[in-house]
Amino acid sequence: MAGAALFGRRVMWRIGMVVALHDETATARTITLEVPDWPGHIAGQHVDVRVTAPDGYSAVRSYSIASPPNPHGRVELTVERLPNGEVSPYLTQEVAAGDRLELRGPIGGWFVWHAEQTEPVQLIAGGSGVVPLMAMIRSRAAARSTAPFRLLYSVREPQATFYRDELQALSDKDRSLGIT
Amino acid sequence: MDIVSRGFSGRRSPENAKLPPGQYLTTDFPVLSAGPTPHVPLDRWEFTIDDGTRVLQRWDWKSFRDLPSEIITVDLHCVTRWSKLGTSWEGVSLDTILMDVQTDSPYALARSYGDYTTNLPLNDLRNRQAWIAFRFDGKDLAPEHGGPARLLVPHLYLWKSAKWIRGITLIPHDQPGFWESLGYHNYGDPWREQRYSGDE
Repeated sequence: MAGAALFGRRVMWRIGMVVALHDETATARTITLEVPDWPGHIAGQHVDVRVTAPDGYSAVRSYSIASPPNPHGRVELTVERLPNGEVSPYLTQEVAAGDRLELRGPIGGWFVWHAEQTEPVQLIAGGSGVVPLMAMIRSRAAARSTAPFRLLYSVREPQATFYRDELQALSDKDRSLGIT
Repeated sequence: MDIVSRGFSGRRSPENAKLPPGQYLTTDFPVLSAGPTPHVPLDRWEFTIDDGTRVLQRWDWKSFRDLPSEIITVDLHCVTRWSKLGTSWEGVSLDTILMDVQTDSPYALARSYGDYTTNLPLNDLRNRQAWIAFRFDGKDLAPEHGGPARLLVPHLYLWKSAKWIRGITLIPHDQPGFWESLGYHNYGDPWREQRYSGDE
């Protein structure tokens, strides 16, 4: 099992540089990080992000990785802003290109999809829960996999849809990717 | 190597001595499972202690419920960072379950319906630290929370408290269970923040 390789390996804190920001919805933003010594990840894994105030107070939150496995140390996180959140308002409203963020991972070896897998997959997500599934859909597209995929995606209102154009474009040109 | 996050001030909540580092309080009871919820009819439920080759003790639901039980109030700490304080359970102490078990094996592997496993030192199941719980908050334990019965080891992160418990295998050498094989810490002490493999 792929996850077995994680056993015994220390999950280190690393520093990522914010290289791009993109608003997905009025309340969700994708942060693209470049992490020079990133060990690589599998679609479906997540990271812990640590932010630290000037007096040393810090807070840690977990976020799913939206980007597919890639050799460039590029990690994209899509963060939904919670009304009473402590960290998500900072990540979606304060963070700017050029800032550095501490993260560690990748974490989680169970809810993952490997590009070599060929069996049909049914993905089901609500709201921001689509993020790790998007990593799988992107991983599948990058690998030119023909594994049949279906995504059932529920949102509170149409404007709250993450990755709308990209999902539409991917399913338009690939009949083995169904999106509802 | 903490770096200061430009523009982050944070919202400090009042110190809570009962909250381990990196945890936040929740008042609801989140449900997280690695697979579907098994439904185990009570007339087919059983709980066994074995040594990997022989069954040493076996209980069906009736004989299990005939064991003396106790009501306990404990704090729960999930590795996904939520903690729930002062939860009330009824269960049978592992001290009672293990009373007549003779073994030299220092480790235990908890086994569940649905094939989940988790490992822990046998000493962590003894001395009033662990129970097989079958009631939560005065009601029969719901399937999504591990009913009919689950392991409850509140001094470790909650993934060690295996839902849908069906038995415990006593093992001479430690071996990782399900999450312990997938990058999570082998022991999982919330007060030392042992979340992932290699922490501390």
